[in-house]
Amino acid sequence: MIEAKHVSKVYKMGTLDLEVIRDLNLSIDSGEFIAIVGPSGSGKSTVLNILGGLDIPTSGDVIVDKKEITHLDTTQLANFRGEKIGFIFQSFNLIPVLSVYENIEYPLIMIQHLPSDEREKRVLEVLKEVDMLDQKEKYPDQISGGQKQRVAIARALVTNPKIVFADEPTANLDSKTAHRIIELMHKIKQDYNTTFVFATHDEKIVSSAERLITLVDGQITEDKRIVG
Amino acid sequence: MKNIIKIAFRNLKRSSRRTLLTAALITIGVIFVLVYSALSSSFKAYMVGEITDSMMGHIQIHKKGYIASVDNLPLDKNLNKKQIDKVLEVLDTNPYVESYTFRIKLGGMFSNYVSSTNIRLNAIDPKTEQTTLPLFEKRIMHREPHLLQKGEMLIPELLAKGMNVKKGDTAVLVVNNKQGSVNGLNLKVSGIVEPISGPGGRDGYFHIEDAKKILRIKEAEVSEIVIRIKNVSKLQEAMKSMQGLALIKNQKDKPVFEIHAWTKLSPFYNIIKMLNLMDISIKIILISIVLISILNVMIMSVYERIKEIGTIAAMGTPPSTIVKLFLTEGFMLGVFGAMAGSIISFVIVKVIDTIGIRFAFGRQSELVLHPSLQMSDIISVSIIVIIIALIASISPAFKAAKLNPVDALRQN
Repeated sequence: MIEAKHVSKVYKMGTLDLEVIRDLNLSIDSGEFIAIVGPSGSGKSTVLNILGGLDIPTSGDVIVDKKEITHLDTTQLANFRGEKIGFIFQSFNLIPVLSVYENIEYPLIMIQHLPSDEREKRVLEVLKEVDMLDQKEKYPDQISGGQKQRVAIARALVTNPKIVFADEPTANLDSKTAHRIIELMHKIKQDYNTTFVFATHDEKIVSSAERLITLVDGQITEDKRIVG
Repeated sequence: MKNIIKIAFRNLKRSSRRTLLTAALITIGVIFVLVYSALSSSFKAYMVGEITDSMMGHIQIHKKGYIASVDNLPLDKNLNKKQIDKVLEVLDTNPYVESYTFRIKLGGMFSNYVSSTNIRLNAIDPKTEQTTLPLFEKRIMHREPHLLQKGEMLIPELLAKGMNVKKGDTAVLVVNNKQGSVNGLNLKVSGIVEPISGPGGRDGYFHIEDAKKILRIKEAEVSEIVIRIKNVSKLQEAMKSMQGLALIKNQKDKPVFEIHAWTKLSPFYNIIKMLNLMDISIKIILISIVLISILNVMIMSVYERIKEIGTIAAMGTPPSTIVKLFLTEGFMLGVFGAMAGSIISFVIVKVIDTIGIRFAFGRQSELVLHPSLQMSDIISVSIIVIIIALIASISPAFKAAKLNPVDALRQN
């Protein structure tokens, strides 16, 4: 599903070169539930961004669903993300001027250009899945943090992505809500065989992950599969 | 596109106070331009109508060299019968010409038996003068039911006041003819002519048959042929259709005729050119207002929504869609400002039209202006505003589209 070969990422900081990712090699299969962990500044978010086609590596190749994405231009990368990838952010990043329903509908209109009946069917389906059907007319500032993250998950899933990248998805949620969100993502993974890749510090996610990748100073120090 | 419009509209609504302020600024600019445009174009149309319909006509034909010496009112530069016939050959078949009239212009002495003074006169055929210059009769105060008959004259207001001559008085007109002999004629004052700005605006009038008598003219002879065209907006085309006359040459290989549009003869045309220049200046001010205000709002909008732009870009929104989103916001601001400005301007101009604006121009007083807003002005100003609004949005829109999603998502 995802293959990263000798990926490095260097940021220019004035005259200094800061190597955030060093010769990263990684292979992710379809339907995996992976947590990337590591201390702050270890490069977790950068790995997520590179694998998700949000950022381009300085060197190395990234192949997602048999497609080499490192040499795509901005528009091709946007199309690739719209078709294959879903993103869930720490601070939800819902569009404040759109209702819950419209936020979820957005990628189907603006990116996938689906007809209205198909859109309605898909939006209602994911709204039901995240248990937000009765909140669909509300606006982001009228719902709680947990509900916002459910909407963000629904928005990430509505395009039927093969992979969902979630950067600290539970960081802004209380413990009980975080548990419910993790359960929800597990259920979606089981129902749709969606691959989930998390960058997280959250023990709850770590304990529910099937594979744990530890990153230190931009290098994988541990990659273990958790059984049971 | 419907959804882009929906999102753009909601984004504008989100900062409603700022949106309203910007739209209000554009609206005020549009009102300023449209009301000024209505007033100036009505003033121009009114004054041009006054000049062409009551004194000059639209086109005048003279013998070559006449206009250069018009201050002397030379009788030796009159068109003779053969030349008049040549002109009529063209005029009678010309599709642009509605009517024409002949005039003999001359200078003389006017005497009320007590004192005498110089006078500039137009000898006219009242029937053709009336059809060619339909507003001429409005300039005549205290006139008879008819415009002018043989044995009558219309004297300028200044002269009537200065020499204390009233309608019904008899006066003597003394003139020199081409051969130099002095002849006099008793005429009854049948009306007083209001002055009008421009050459010939303070002339007196009498019958062309009386002029022939006093000047001892046997054959047809005229100083100028005044032409009224059917459609004023086709003045240039009408002029071109008569250019053949200007090419006719005499035995000395010199041109026989000169043809002038009223724009070349009346100094008021320079005032029109100044007004047109002011029109352009005011439109440039409007363009600056729209450009600066929309540019300012759109740049602020991009900076405020960097994280949001990063989110939609991360989801896979192509850069072209982000450009469209911001261009639509600018476009909507322009449309809103143009529409509100046009509606308010229409109401303001309607109110001014109902009340009427009284003004004086030169020696003319108590002129009443009734402005009207032309649909072409509304459309052209609206198009300018919308295009400028779009142009002002281009730079912020591309800035938003070029944002790196990773950097944008890091913004708080």
